[in-house]
Amino acid sequence: MVPLTWYLILAAALFCTGLFGVLARKNAVAVLMGVELMLNAVNINLLAFWRYTAPGELIGQAFAVFVITVAAAEAAVGIALFIAIYRLRDTVNVEEIDAMKG
Amino acid sequence: MHESSTPFIYNLTILLPILPFLAFVLIVLWTNRNKKLSAGLAVAGVGLSWLIGWAIAFTAFGQHGIAAQPFRMLRAWLPAGRAWQAFGFMVDPLSALMLLMVPFVCFLIFVYSVGYMGVGKPLGVHDQRGWPAEPGHVDPLASRFFAYIALFATGMIGLVLADNLIMLLIFWEIMGLCSYLLIGFWFARKYADPRKITPKEAGLKAFLTTRIGDTLMLAGMLLLFAQVGSLSFAEIFKPETLEHLATTTTHIALIGPVPWATLIAILIFCGAIGKSAQFPLHVWLPDAMEGPTPVSALIHAATMVSAGVYLIIRTFPLMAAVEHGPALQFIAFIGAFTALFAATIAVAQNDIKKVLAYSTISQLGFMFAALGIGAYVAATFHLLTHAFFKALLFLGSGSVIHGMEHGHHHGHGEAGKLVDWDIGAHGSQSTSHQSTNLPSFDPQDMRNMGGLFRRMPRTAWTFIIGGLALSGFPFVTAGFWSKDEILADAWVHGHTVVFVTLAVAALLTAFYTARQITLVFFGKPRTAAAEHAGEEDSIFRWMTIPLMVLAVFAIAFGWIGIPTTFPLLGRFSSNPFHHLMGSLAEALHIEAAELPFAATPLLTSIVVALGGLLLGWLIYRGVAEIGRREGDASWSPLHLADPLARPLGRIYTVLQNKYYFDELYGKVFVKGVQRLANWLFRFDDAWIIDPIVDGVGELWRRISEFGHAFDVRVVDGIVNGVGAVTAAAGSAARVIQTGRAQNYLLVALVALSVVLGAFLVLPK
Repeated sequence: MVPLTWYLILAAALFCTGLFGVLARKNAVAVLMGVELMLNAVNINLLAFWRYTAPGELIGQAFAVFVITVAAAEAAVGIALFIAIYRLRDTVNVEEIDAMKG
Repeated sequence: MHESSTPFIYNLTILLPILPFLAFVLIVLWTNRNKKLSAGLAVAGVGLSWLIGWAIAFTAFGQHGIAAQPFRMLRAWLPAGRAWQAFGFMVDPLSALMLLMVPFVCFLIFVYSVGYMGVGKPLGVHDQRGWPAEPGHVDPLASRFFAYIALFATGMIGLVLADNLIMLLIFWEIMGLCSYLLIGFWFARKYADPRKITPKEAGLKAFLTTRIGDTLMLAGMLLLFAQVGSLSFAEIFKPETLEHLATTTTHIALIGPVPWATLIAILIFCGAIGKSAQFPLHVWLPDAMEGPTPVSALIHAATMVSAGVYLIIRTFPLMAAVEHGPALQFIAFIGAFTALFAATIAVAQNDIKKVLAYSTISQLGFMFAALGIGAYVAATFHLLTHAFFKALLFLGSGSVIHGMEHGHHHGHGEAGKLVDWDIGAHGSQSTSHQSTNLPSFDPQDMRNMGGLFRRMPRTAWTFIIGGLALSGFPFVTAGFWSKDEILADAWVHGHTVVFVTLAVAALLTAFYTARQITLVFFGKPRTAAAEHAGEEDSIFRWMTIPLMVLAVFAIAFGWIGIPTTFPLLGRFSSNPFHHLMGSLAEALHIEAAELPFAATPLLTSIVVALGGLLLGWLIYRGVAEIGRREGDASWSPLHLADPLARPLGRIYTVLQNKYYFDELYGKVFVKGVQRLANWLFRFDDAWIIDPIVDGVGELWRRISEFGHAFDVRVVDGIVNGVGAVTAAAGSAARVIQTGRAQNYLLVALVALSVVLGAFLVLPK
């Protein structure tokens, strides 16, 4: 059986990829995709720990399902926001979206 | 009081001072535009007071035991420490006797004033406020005059009814105020001769001079209050209180221990000296003659000046608390000295009113001398008789002056010369200047008169009756009986010095009275004014009736005090006056038995009265006979030498100048005070106040300059500094606020990494 560490390394790599996408990509849609990657990295972690530490209970799968649900909602809200911003400012380049500047 | 209840009439006592006061208020507030109504109100107010006053007086005379148990009306009024000063009136024999005289004389003089002020006559075209009106015209301020004299009547009536010294002082001061206002009634009047005192100055002089006495009197009253704890007469005159005052002493520097009673008595007497114009505060009274003549009669002869005598009579138990003490000796000395001193001055005066003024001072001196030797009853008697005949004389002189003014006016009108008839009489300064080329005419100068008997018979008869009463014409006149009683008292009690002084003064009195009557009424007229003088004008009807009434009293009032021990006449006399005052004296434990008859004082009175009159007539007959010289423009009666001027020489000049007391006081006190005030002013202004004020100003200027610098440098610096620091911090911090979410996330990541790193690296 593949040891737990491998899953954790995979999840960490996936998380870092997502994080990089969130921090470095200019396209807002790409940023959202990065967020999606990070959430899924968390899902891998949840399932891996469930399988290796408490396989008798369904807690890990239940949390993963919640995360997927939240991620779906988050993606929907995020896309809606970007569409609104695009309509307003004709861009989805996050470099140019600096309305939070005081 | 006995078992009988208090007669109802006494409850009206409160009305006596209130009625004239009501008239005063009504005139001042509402009726002052209507001169007739104002005069009517004043006369009616005091007339009612007179009627009620007589009703009360006669009730009191008929009541036994009023002396021991006087009627009192009291209201607690002024709190003073633990005691309350009462607003109180009382009726006792002395008050009742004064009520017999005061409202009555006031009423007569008010009636006289209606004529004197020309009420009912048209307003003169040239007449100005504060100047006497031209003959035949109403005074422009007649309403004001009646308001003042009504207020004065309030003061005098209240004074004689006062139940305690506080009330007495209040009414005393009301009178002082009225005296001031009325002396200066013709406040705008100016004379061509700048040395002649104007009414305004005379009023001021009177007020300030009497103030000296009033202040000392107040000091005496305060000491009395401190010692006794009350100023009510009933309290003060309790035998044990007087005993206490007479036996306890206070130490005065240089003099030694003095009984309280003596000190207080002398201080209170000082008030009387001022009010009654006794030496050395006599100087104001002759100048007070600048006021209208009814005022001279009312205030400066009959009532206010005798208030000083009344005060001493009222407080006599206090004055006599120390037997044969220095207080009474002092009073006797001042009185006798003033009596003689003023009589000598009166001999050399030419102004008809000035003679009467000095005569008043002299007669008041008689009263004080009488009080000083313990002649309590005689002094009261002389006070009352004097009020009648001196009021009569003053009113008579006013009538003479009016007659002369009419004559002067008439004379010039007849000659076809329409000129201003008197420099002082009316108009502005310009009219005065215009008329300065005319010889000024003084209608009060007796040298301008003469032969008025035929022209003004009613005035002349009544004036002569008053004059005879003043000189003490034997057996008939009131003045004889009262003066004789004083002399008899002095003789019987062995006060020889006082007796001789008063006898000489009485001789001089008769002498100057004869001089006055001779110069005014007998002989030939010495000026055109005197030749045309008359009393036919309608105003004289108002003026001569009071004269006649007063003339009756100037004779008959003496008859109530004829001693029962007097030969022949005494048999018909019950001497009700002595009876009344004796009962009061008894109640107050004053010795006042009726005197045994003595021939010497009687003979002295007769001789000095008749001798003085005869001497005056003989000496001045010659002058009176010199008539007017028509056609000789350079001749004036003012150039006639007084027959006494040559034999008396320098003494006459001294007498004419009133012993130079005005000059002396002017130099010493007036100038002295002015110098002192000037010096104090400079001291204050240049050496003390100015440096202080300047110093304070400079100091504060410096302080504020420092404050300004502090403000600009420190306070502003702090405020601006805080701003600058904040702004700098802001511009530093704003760099990291890019508005880009990725930057923020990056920062969060870095921070998290650091925290996590630290968590991992640092030991647990």
